[in-house]
Amino acid sequence: MRSDKKSRILFAVLAIALLLLPFITDTLFGRGWVRIVDFAMLYIMLALGLNIVVGYAGLLDLGYIAFFAVGAYCYALTGSPHLALAFPLVFPDGVHLSFWIVLPLAALLAGGFGVLLGAPTLRLRGDYLAIVTLGFGEIIRIFLNNLNAPVNLTNGPQGISRIDAVNVAGAPLSVTQNILGISFPPVHLYFYLFLTFTALVIFVSHRLEKSRIGRAWMAIREDEIAASAMGINTRDLKLLAFAMGAMFGGASGALFAGFQGFVSPESFSLMESIMVLCMVVLGGMGNIIGVILGGVLLAVLPEVLRHSVVPMQQAMFGKIVVDPESLRMLLFGTALIVMMLYRPAGLLPSRVRRRELGSDEVAEKA
Amino acid sequence: MTLRQAQGRLEAVYDNSLPLLQLSGIGKQFGGLSALSDVSLHIQRGEIYGLIGPNGAGKTTLFNVITGLYQPSAGEFQFNGTHYQTGKPHMLAQAGIARTFQNIRLFANLTALENVMIGRHVRTRAGVFGALLRNQATRNEEHAIAERARELLHYVGISQPAQTLAKHLSYGEQRRLEIARALATDPQLLALDEPAAGMNATETASLRTLLQTIRDGGVTVLLIEHDVKLIMGLCDRVAVLDYGKKIAEGVPEEVRKDPAVIDAYLGGGND
Repeated sequence: MRSDKKSRILFAVLAIALLLLPFITDTLFGRGWVRIVDFAMLYIMLALGLNIVVGYAGLLDLGYIAFFAVGAYCYALTGSPHLALAFPLVFPDGVHLSFWIVLPLAALLAGGFGVLLGAPTLRLRGDYLAIVTLGFGEIIRIFLNNLNAPVNLTNGPQGISRIDAVNVAGAPLSVTQNILGISFPPVHLYFYLFLTFTALVIFVSHRLEKSRIGRAWMAIREDEIAASAMGINTRDLKLLAFAMGAMFGGASGALFAGFQGFVSPESFSLMESIMVLCMVVLGGMGNIIGVILGGVLLAVLPEVLRHSVVPMQQAMFGKIVVDPESLRMLLFGTALIVMMLYRPAGLLPSRVRRRELGSDEVAEKA
Repeated sequence: MTLRQAQGRLEAVYDNSLPLLQLSGIGKQFGGLSALSDVSLHIQRGEIYGLIGPNGAGKTTLFNVITGLYQPSAGEFQFNGTHYQTGKPHMLAQAGIARTFQNIRLFANLTALENVMIGRHVRTRAGVFGALLRNQATRNEEHAIAERARELLHYVGISQPAQTLAKHLSYGEQRRLEIARALATDPQLLALDEPAAGMNATETASLRTLLQTIRDGGVTVLLIEHDVKLIMGLCDRVAVLDYGKKIAEGVPEEVRKDPAVIDAYLGGGND
């Protein structure tokens, strides 16, 4: 009972801290950092989506960013003037659907793509699956890059701009809003939007993990043959994992498009897939808190580097010797090697934590 | 097929003397190699049926056919009155065949309890919406799953805490955990692939007691075993495979005296 109360207080403190986070960040580091925090939230959502596929079901997916792209372009096309270029007679002003209609559609469409990717790869595992999914991710990106002819559907490498901002209760999040005398700039507003969705994604992940479906996924991850011998329909459950993961990706993509107001294929490169995968692996596959930690670290660290390395080098050498971007890759690689050597299961591996908490939880149930 | 299945089900309902499992002319080729040819046998409800034979005789292949891992190249089998030719493993588990593996295949990084809970998958229903809403029905089901899993851990005699990871259990307990996991699927036929392999005399003795208890609980047992003493003392009937063919079948005492069996085991004879 006592630990229950303690965790409730902890939760309340955490919630208040999160609610104040954009204001704290704004005052301490400046507005640019609030934007970085917003992006970190998007990455967390992506990483948690990928965690379902990689962490729970054990299917190595190197093309995950493709689902993000599907979601992003879904809203980019249906929430911008762009389609007026392709179909001037049908949509003279483009299509301007409400974000809240497009969001579930984007999730469903991405989920459909997830099944599309999952179905032909059901028999593949490990590195073979990784190669096929990698190819899938690239195919989507290349499609987006080239679908500006014969009909200009995606505007090719230039991307789609002037995407409508997300409206909440009739108020666009792209302009500063005054609520109860406090002024909320757009990055703050989007932060709260993303926070809500991240909370939802965490909730869904958690519920799935502790369910019959989640156990079946983990059984497939551990030993697919034994799982099928225990009566688990491995085909359906793997497709479900692909679909669920892809839906998270698609929903985050739509959020991304609304937030940025602009999408282009270069946001969906292979590097981004690898980045999200690294968040899952680094944080601790299959463990929600670990994955969140991985997402925060990998989304924020490069920015910290960018803001610290340049002035540091200028102070030391009077010029920039190592470009922060290449330094980022160097540190990234080193970090991964060190991780694989010393903490192969991630910063917060799922099992250790589970075992610590597990006995209480079960005692509680019984 | 559907008519046949329906007929089969009817027969199963009305005729309990019908064999639980009936193999007719099962053959399995791997490329040019014939691992099984024309194997026919039947297993009655409530018996402990042994399958023995020298290494490479095709016992595990036959097991994999029965449990749906392999599709037979020839023949078909009937389980509980339903015909199966192709088996998807999960369908056979659903139909009531559960198995263990020769080289233990537990879900190593999951707890003992979770391993057994996964065995309940096939007899429970909660889907994604159940998981997300966690409504009363789902909560009840989860509770029942955990409860039953605990019972089974106790039943097979695992003394370690239920939260121990499967990979941290002792070898003997891992074998027992596999049996518990298989029993969690509420099987009518429990197929055990060399459950006593690598066990010492004490462990084998307690395994024998466990298998008898399981049979007395109404589960038919199919057993591949190398430990002849265990087979002879435990099984009601025994079939002997050699080079993919059934060379003998009957009560253990008869089979033991069968010249073909002695030949196969001692490697003599070229008849």
